[in-house]
Amino acid sequence: MNIKVLYFARIKESVNYSTEDLLLPADVSNINTLKKYLASRGEVWAGLFDGKQTIRAAINHELVDDMMAINDGDEVAFFPPVTGG
Amino acid sequence: MTVQIQTADFDVAAELAAMRTASADIGAVVSFIGQVRDINDGDAVSTLTLEHYPGMTERALEQIEKEAKSRWEISGSLIIHRVGTLQPLDQIVLVAVTSAHRGEAFKACEFIMDYLKTQAPFWKKESTPDGERWVEAKISDDEAQSRWKQS
Repeated sequence: MNIKVLYFARIKESVNYSTEDLLLPADVSNINTLKKYLASRGEVWAGLFDGKQTIRAAINHELVDDMMAINDGDEVAFFPPVTGG
Repeated sequence: MTVQIQTADFDVAAELAAMRTASADIGAVVSFIGQVRDINDGDAVSTLTLEHYPGMTERALEQIEKEAKSRWEISGSLIIHRVGTLQPLDQIVLVAVTSAHRGEAFKACEFIMDYLKTQAPFWKKESTPDGERWVEAKISDDEAQSRWKQS
């Protein structure tokens, strides 16, 4: 399936871009497996997505936990804990 | 219930006057203003830049207002949050709540701020003499939010 992925704040700066269109491998079906897939892309990605850092995820503008399923056409976002206000 | 994300400053007096006069059954207006400090974690801060997730931020704030309205008898609520680069003493956020009596408005205003701090996708980056750095989320903010959880 195809999804759009957005990165924010320090994650955006680390990976050096803010958005990408991804064709997911068949074994990527939820946030947890997507994080593992991203972590396999290289050192910078592993540092962000290997589970040691707290990274929040949203699907279609809704905060979700790691077991939330991803569907074709979803907009998935990854960002650090929020610091507004 | 109103949510505004903007780079421009806001006029608190004008906003509160509009909310206060919206209905004659309003007896209380409670507001909170957050502003930029010139020091954080012991370091001088010259600018603060706020990033957000357009679309999700508005939606998250609207959900927080809706939740506040379901918990307390409030007449109106307003959240204005600025993004972009700000200086010390600049206003960052305004949360205002109106109700018939003060108790509901006080609680709802604090609830909205506590949830905004932990649920709405904003990120702060500050400029210090040692360079730029992202502001870390605080455990105390998570604790402030969790005390509102209903069993």
